[in-house]
Amino acid sequence: MEIVLVGLNHRTAPVEVREKVSFTADQARRAADQLRARGILDETLVLSTCNRSEVYGVPPETSHNCLSGLASFLSEFHSVGPDILTSSLYHHYDRHAVRHLFRVSAGLDSMLLGEAEILGQVREAYRSAHEQGATGPVLNRLFQGALEVGKRVRTETELGSRPMSVAAAGVKLAERIFGKLNGHSALVLGAGAVSEQVISTLRDRGIADLFVMNRSRDRAEELAQKFNGSVVEWASWDTGLLKPDVVVSSVSADEPVLPRRVLESAMNARGNRALFVMDLGMPRNIEAAASDLYNLYVYNLDDLSGIVQQNRQAREGEIPRAEAIVEEHVGKFLSWQASVELVGLVSALRARLREERTTFLHTRLASVTHLSPKDREQMEVLMDELLEKLLVEPAERLRGERELRRKIQNVEALRDLFLSDRDKR
Amino acid sequence: MMRREQGPMPHIFLYLTVLAYALSFGSYIRFLRTGREIAGGLGTLFLVLGLIAHYFALLERSRGLHTVPYHDLYGSMSLFGWLLALTYLGLEFYHRQRSVGAFVLPFILVFFLAAHLAPADRLSPTIAHGPVFAFHVTLSILAYAAFALSFVLSLIFLIQNRLLRNRQLSEVVWRLPALELLERMSRSSVLVGLISIAVGTILGFIWVDRLTGQYWYYDPKYVITLVVLLLYAVYLQLSRTTTWRGARASRLCIFNFVIVVLSFTVVNLYLSHSHRYF
Repeated sequence: MEIVLVGLNHRTAPVEVREKVSFTADQARRAADQLRARGILDETLVLSTCNRSEVYGVPPETSHNCLSGLASFLSEFHSVGPDILTSSLYHHYDRHAVRHLFRVSAGLDSMLLGEAEILGQVREAYRSAHEQGATGPVLNRLFQGALEVGKRVRTETELGSRPMSVAAAGVKLAERIFGKLNGHSALVLGAGAVSEQVISTLRDRGIADLFVMNRSRDRAEELAQKFNGSVVEWASWDTGLLKPDVVVSSVSADEPVLPRRVLESAMNARGNRALFVMDLGMPRNIEAAASDLYNLYVYNLDDLSGIVQQNRQAREGEIPRAEAIVEEHVGKFLSWQASVELVGLVSALRARLREERTTFLHTRLASVTHLSPKDREQMEVLMDELLEKLLVEPAERLRGERELRRKIQNVEALRDLFLSDRDKR
Repeated sequence: MMRREQGPMPHIFLYLTVLAYALSFGSYIRFLRTGREIAGGLGTLFLVLGLIAHYFALLERSRGLHTVPYHDLYGSMSLFGWLLALTYLGLEFYHRQRSVGAFVLPFILVFFLAAHLAPADRLSPTIAHGPVFAFHVTLSILAYAAFALSFVLSLIFLIQNRLLRNRQLSEVVWRLPALELLERMSRSSVLVGLISIAVGTILGFIWVDRLTGQYWYYDPKYVITLVVLLLYAVYLQLSRTTTWRGARASRLCIFNFVIVVLSFTVVNLYLSHSHRYF
């Protein structure tokens, strides 16, 4: 067993358990230290996000019961009863652990398929563990591979490129009309959570000016301040609709906030410059009859949810390509791992054979008296030469041929075959 | 003047041009599909290579036929394709926008292929020589290429606008360029066209004056060119007004191009004496 993973995620554990077992950055460092100090793991990395807590590690060679050790450590560290934990924990070894991590960093294991944050979280967890000295050659290589997978999946597939929220879909749609949003301004009606989400997306996409309009001015001030916008008097349509090209409305009201006549006169005042309206209210904030006004583009919740739905399907269509990238890198990692192990095996074999040679000569030549010390020395040299000859070729082939390394997947079996228990590792 | 009947020789530049334009087309399509900058950059690169190869293909063809490219229909078409590519490239650099390339490249390819794969037509003796005449023709063809480009851009605008207005938010919407950009590109394209047709026409009059000593003799081509000039000037003005901004201006732009097409089909073939091609 080379790599072990124990953890839980949004699929195996409810939020009540996840929040108990989650690690802060500081806790993660402490846990890594303790795991190594107690000899449960040689190399350790704790990955903890709001949807998962996972411990990756390389157990010491002598460890036989690393898994139960890890599980009881987790239950002790977080003071969670072992019975609650065991039902939520999953564990993977070696190639399965590698594949799991690569799928995680690709966003394939996320609650929101292909989300981008996880890659940053993996990078941060690795950086922190590396700095602390908790990782070693195996985990370093593993996490560098994971970061590469994450990057490739995001550049080579569309798994993460399509907006999955109504707010993001709406902003992206506005870009279909105005192109880049810098140089354009937006008016946001309402100051609730939805408005905040849209404003943050608009800011991310580089909107130039931001105006907030709300019945209660206080909340509008708060929101405007947070995102460096300005407050506009509620219902001051004559001036308020003159400048912005994007209007987002998320107000709870029984009557439409923007009736057709208001929008009609606004369009006239604007000289029919295109106006994009995102109606996120339910019931709708924009009178339905307004949507036939010239150069006015109105989209309601249903239109935008439709886009999100489409995007979800498109993302799902990208899964096979992402999985293929994951598999490619799993193969690469395993081949690297095998090469390291095989090189180790060859040198162990060499040491073992030399030892054999010494005892062999010692016992067999004890009774041979006519050999001078010089002859004995000569025999030792000759036997060493023979041993080297036998070992050099396979060792070089192992270094050079990736395909051969791939074929020899079970290095453990080779060890068992050539080295007795005493010599293992 | 004695002239050998000779078809255009299949030449290395011909293949190179087709290859470069096709690769450019492929890259622009890929850019449209994936949005990857590298694909767009390759599109531009291949277009530039295509332009260079096309230039040599034109040169080769003219040498083979002992004439200027615009002296027969096919040569004019090839020159038109070349200037279309050049105008598009200019627009691309000016607006830093590559997603229109996929729509323009097919036109360039068609004009090039049609021009170079067709047999050369029988040439009549010509009195068309000198730099003034050369500029007159080149600028006029450049103007038509620019107008053709604005036609394509307006067409894409109308398609995109219709999809957006009808909330048909399918895959296509995300691939087409933004409306405002299409509008801007179309306007700058028309501006290029207007300037070059104005200068080209003036040079034409100067050339006629040198040739015959009189500025004006009636040719239906003059009338229709004047109409085209006026229509595009009107488009430029109206496309910024309250009533016309947006889809209406784009329809006008498309209508204008129909007149342009009329100008070099009906007028050239049946009405005009001095303007056979363009």
